[in-house]
Amino acid sequence: MTSELDRYEVVIGLEVHTHLKTESKLFSPAPVRYGEEPNHSVHPIDLALPGVLPVLNERVVELAIRLGLAIHAKVNPYSVFARKNYFYPDLPKGYQISQFEEPVVSGGWIDITLDETRRIGITRAHLEEDAGKSIHDVAVAGRDDSCIDFNRAGVPLLEIVSEPDLRSAQEAVAYLRELRGILRYIGASDADMEKGQFRCDANVSIRRRGSSELGTRTEVKNLNSFSNVEAAIEAESLRQAELIADGGEVVQATMGFDPIRRRTSVQRLKENSDDYRYFPDPDLIPLRIDPAHIEEIRLQLPELPADKRLRFESEFGLSAYDAGVLTASRRLADFFEETAKACGVPKAAANWITRDLLRELNELEVELSEVAMTPDMLASMIGLIEEGRLTARNAAQIFPDLVRDGGDPATLIAERGLEAVSDAGAIDAFVDDVIAAHPDVVQQVRDGDDKPLNFLMGQVMKASQGKAAPDQVRRTLAEKIRG
Amino acid sequence: MGSAETLLAGDLSTQREGLDLGEVSASELVAASLDRMTARASLGAVISRDDEAAIAKAEAATQRIASGKPLSQLDGIPIVLKDNIVQAGQPATCASRILENFVSPYDAGVTERLEAAGAIIVGRANMDEYAMGSSTENSIYGPSHNPWDEARTCGGSSGGSVAAVSAGIVPLAFGSDTGGSIRQPASFCGVVGFKPTYGRVSRWGLVAYASSLDQIGPIARSVSDCALALDVVSGHDERDSTSIPGAAPNWSADLANAAAASADGDLQGVVIGLPSEYFVEDGVDPGVLACVREAIGTLEAAGATFEEISLPHTTYTIATYYLIATAEASSNLARFDGVRYGRRADHVKDLEDLYRRSRSEGFSTEVKRRILLGTYVLSAGYYDAYYVKAQRVRTLIRRDFEAAFENCDAILTPTTPEVAFPLGAKSDDPLAMYLSDVYTVSANLAGLPALSMPCGSSQGLPVGVQLLGPPLGEAAIFRIGTAYQRRSDHHLLSPPDAVGESKP
Repeated sequence: MTSELDRYEVVIGLEVHTHLKTESKLFSPAPVRYGEEPNHSVHPIDLALPGVLPVLNERVVELAIRLGLAIHAKVNPYSVFARKNYFYPDLPKGYQISQFEEPVVSGGWIDITLDETRRIGITRAHLEEDAGKSIHDVAVAGRDDSCIDFNRAGVPLLEIVSEPDLRSAQEAVAYLRELRGILRYIGASDADMEKGQFRCDANVSIRRRGSSELGTRTEVKNLNSFSNVEAAIEAESLRQAELIADGGEVVQATMGFDPIRRRTSVQRLKENSDDYRYFPDPDLIPLRIDPAHIEEIRLQLPELPADKRLRFESEFGLSAYDAGVLTASRRLADFFEETAKACGVPKAAANWITRDLLRELNELEVELSEVAMTPDMLASMIGLIEEGRLTARNAAQIFPDLVRDGGDPATLIAERGLEAVSDAGAIDAFVDDVIAAHPDVVQQVRDGDDKPLNFLMGQVMKASQGKAAPDQVRRTLAEKIRG
Repeated sequence: MGSAETLLAGDLSTQREGLDLGEVSASELVAASLDRMTARASLGAVISRDDEAAIAKAEAATQRIASGKPLSQLDGIPIVLKDNIVQAGQPATCASRILENFVSPYDAGVTERLEAAGAIIVGRANMDEYAMGSSTENSIYGPSHNPWDEARTCGGSSGGSVAAVSAGIVPLAFGSDTGGSIRQPASFCGVVGFKPTYGRVSRWGLVAYASSLDQIGPIARSVSDCALALDVVSGHDERDSTSIPGAAPNWSADLANAAAASADGDLQGVVIGLPSEYFVEDGVDPGVLACVREAIGTLEAAGATFEEISLPHTTYTIATYYLIATAEASSNLARFDGVRYGRRADHVKDLEDLYRRSRSEGFSTEVKRRILLGTYVLSAGYYDAYYVKAQRVRTLIRRDFEAAFENCDAILTPTTPEVAFPLGAKSDDPLAMYLSDVYTVSANLAGLPALSMPCGSSQGLPVGVQLLGPPLGEAAIFRIGTAYQRRSDHHLLSPPDAVGESKP
């Protein structure tokens, strides 16, 4: 960004809190619902009424195992729930049940690719419960008090902590995208950042290029979009560089990020590290996972985004870019793969999906699951093009309807009279008319200039209302002009 | 004096028989219990009652019993619950100011089982605040008094429950035992108190003091009544992760079988260990030791053999207990913050003021002392030296017992070193108060079942003898205890004013 920062290397470690996709909470039977009326999804356990006890939701263990396997980590057969003690009004028990010394997952990695592929270490992933939400806004709270909504209290979280292996804001975003993709692929989380299901804290420090020591880090909290992550890391690293340039020193602190002013500011100094008085929760027995169970889950694990990307490149001859776009979600990847297999022309399938289909979804502001088009429909449309029965131009015309309403492409073009004309006599007639109408242009081509040929092509296509098979038109034109 | 009053003075089994034979109805029995509660109000045993609800439930029980369809052995029997065992629609104050207006919206696991069995909960019993204490003096409702001498403590922390049984208000009560809180008062008041194996009885709905030590148990006038009560309340509860899986045994049936098998020498082959560390003369009332020795003689006559054993880490039990119990308590009591329920200080300035004043005003000195101690124990820099070390010693204490139980079926000790002390005698000396539990805390640290039963008197006050079993070894304790009570009448003695003739 500036020369000040050029002398430094940025070192980033990320802590991601992701909501696990479960029906009920981590330690209570209350349902997990988003957008519910405040305090309508709470159980006595979530309110920490006197005498209640936590009971582990087994489903979260499955999801944590999946994540552990997906990031090439060790799934620990023995892990312990601990109490993290601190007072806050949205923390009902006065402690959060988390995992401290013995997490369920430790030591993994994922690869990210910007200019080159780099392996980013993951220190650990542990289970913990979310807190409630304090609402200080008078308009929401309805009066001059603070209110607390406990719907979120006890929602299961997996905290995934990376090593300080990331070296730029862009790498940080690439890591988050990859991690989010994995979480979605394995069905562990919807990881919707807008719903607070995927939250990120960034530990940022800088050091002179070439140094191997870590600088003093700050923690930028609660980054809730990829663009904020990127902007916050850039702002914070610049702040640190400028501070050092002015002869100052970075002090350990928790930072907030103002996305409008694109600035970080100190929220709380960490002079003495907080004493959370962690100790094993005596209400819960240690979590034991049978290694055989881990292997069972390994067998059921779906293909992961990175593997799928590589396979799409090698199996279907796609570019790295297209493979990346097509594997962004499991549903899109499946849609592509089914289309490619049904039509036998993977590149055409990739093109139609990455360009036309995604644009169409974007315009309609809908998800792939919400439209009527199926892979079979797209495949048969591509088949018609390949057979020469539909021109690309007319395909583009029916495509939006096909996406929205579905249908049989063959029937559709028959109904609309869009079937390609490949009859030699008919094409000869179109070509003859165009040659007769543009003698000057024809002469240019005869003189050896190929460029105007495209103009003549266009005229023929126009005359045929887009129905003439383009290859045939081009061939006929060339023959008739040059003999 | 009507027959309901007479029946009320008897033990649970006698009352059952009276109800089933139709001598007295459940309604009459419960009414007698409520009357007796009023007559003995000076004991401070019961801190809240819902007569209307009790009478309505008793009427339903009367109908069931009359039509020959009692729900269980407890159908129609009046009982009290310690105020830390929650009951839907009833206060659960734990004798604390901070919960003085709290009404529980849900039932404890034990409450559910008792109500499903037809037991009539006639009141909620006094206790030391949050079960922290050994004299039931640490209560916002004032102390409970010992029915044998009202100037003396009834022990604690389940003092109200125990006093209610001792004074003939109910034949059965439930308390909680974290370091002796059922057994020590049972010993002081001449009744039977039982702490089950950790995990036997669901802790769902028991307001936690020290989660890894707390266990709910019955207080009654005989060992067999305790077995019967445990039959009803024990068993797996999926809402408590520390609850023992599977179905619990039927101890009453086991006792019946044992009785049928041998009438006389019914303890033939039973080996009982006497830990030398528990039979020191120093600091122990000689009258207590004499009673315990007499009990040993009685059990020998019943066929048991005694062996001296050693529990070498006994000397560390009190220190270990107070490190672990306070550490857990400091965290367990964090939820009482004045935010969601309970008492909140008035006119708070800000959040910190709300916490500080709600908790300062809401907790007693003893509770604050334990919260501070526990907070210290868990603090960075002290955690390893105190909490971790205490857990290691706890393991050593548990191993002491494992080794001992390889050579014996049960262990016998005094329940307490002395008889009930005068009220106020130890109020200013927390350490002396803590030492009152010196013989009882090890069972909690090791998770063992333990029973205290009356075995005589010293200075005119009841003395208790304690039986400890291996984990899940309730049956042996009940058999030994029942064999003893078949040969002794200490448990049949009542305080001077047990029936009807209320004191002026």
